[in-house]
Amino acid sequence: MHEFSLCESIVETLTTQTRQQGFTQVRRVWLEIGALANVELDALRFAFEIVRQNTAAATAELDIITLPGRAWCLDCGQEVNINQFFDPCPLCGGYQWRLTGGNELRITEMEVE
Amino acid sequence: MCVTCGCGESEPVTHSCDYPHDDHPHEHGHSHAHSGARLIRLERDILAKNAEFAANNRRLFAERGILVLNLVSSPGSGKTTLLAQTVRALRDEFPVAVIGGDQQTANDAERILAAGAPAVQINTGKGCHLDAHGVGHALERLPLPEGGVLFIENVGNLVCPADFDLGEAHKVVVLSVTEGEDKPLKYPNMFAASGLMLLNKTDLLPHVDFDVGHCLEHARRVNPDMAILRLSARTGDGMEAWLDWVRREQRAVLAQQASYLETHLATTRIRLTLRGG
Repeated sequence: MHEFSLCESIVETLTTQTRQQGFTQVRRVWLEIGALANVELDALRFAFEIVRQNTAAATAELDIITLPGRAWCLDCGQEVNINQFFDPCPLCGGYQWRLTGGNELRITEMEVE
Repeated sequence: MCVTCGCGESEPVTHSCDYPHDDHPHEHGHSHAHSGARLIRLERDILAKNAEFAANNRRLFAERGILVLNLVSSPGSGKTTLLAQTVRALRDEFPVAVIGGDQQTANDAERILAAGAPAVQINTGKGCHLDAHGVGHALERLPLPEGGVLFIENVGNLVCPADFDLGEAHKVVVLSVTEGEDKPLKYPNMFAASGLMLLNKTDLLPHVDFDVGHCLEHARRVNPDMAILRLSARTGDGMEAWLDWVRREQRAVLAQQASYLETHLATTRIRLTLRGG
């Protein structure tokens, strides 16, 4: 449900940047979303189609790049892949790890005209 | 010509990464803009706007020595009862205020007012969470509890509020024993974002199938750093440990404020001395 708020934020950034840089329309936008970010991608796409209406991003295509979950295992002293917050370290089976990547919510790039 | 890398393409080029496209990471180094178009790098957090409002709130709280706790949970975990009891216990020690978020009604704010603390309700309408901007405006309608505690009772929802920083010192997640003991695993983002978990309604444990050990194990798996306290806001059992936690955190905020002010004062004195005369 908060995907709507996220899309409002995205569209606001897109329209502001487009206007400030002297363009009129957004053709495409690239997002980076971490695998452990609190976001349902289908809901995000659905919300984007609604929120973009009647803005400079009305026909903008949405391109979503998923970034993997990464964590630093304190017991192993190295970086490992994590798919969920409750996953054990794939090397030692422990839970003493700290997330280092995978919760990104970022607009990386847009194509304008 | 491609405006990104000047590679001389004049026809619109199909982007190297076609939709749908969210199941593998990749680079954009060789992506081409369509002709007449331009690529602009933004590298901006989607929640950047909320983060700005949250930083403003946080600055205000630090200046006034206010500990801010953002209480999150599912609907029906007993947040309002817990807050009413907390307000009654602490209101004579330092100023306390409450901002409550619900889709509709001012019922919760009325219960807090009855407990003796100023309270404002934010009705989010169709919204599923509070955001830092809304909290900033709510602060205009509330006497600020300087040197005390502001509790923010978020909308009952274990999903969306996890993402929205309100400027708080900690998120406090409330889970009651009438819910599933696997909630930390089902809603990991919220438990991962919280500094303290309160396991509430422990007086009902004899009547429900709830394995406390399992629940705590799940919670620690998701967030090994999170403090966990058990209590019953209704009977008062375990409340003192929670109140002590709040007192300790409040004191830490005051100590931080004092140290900031001392540094500031010392700097100003030195400037005055250097100015002479």
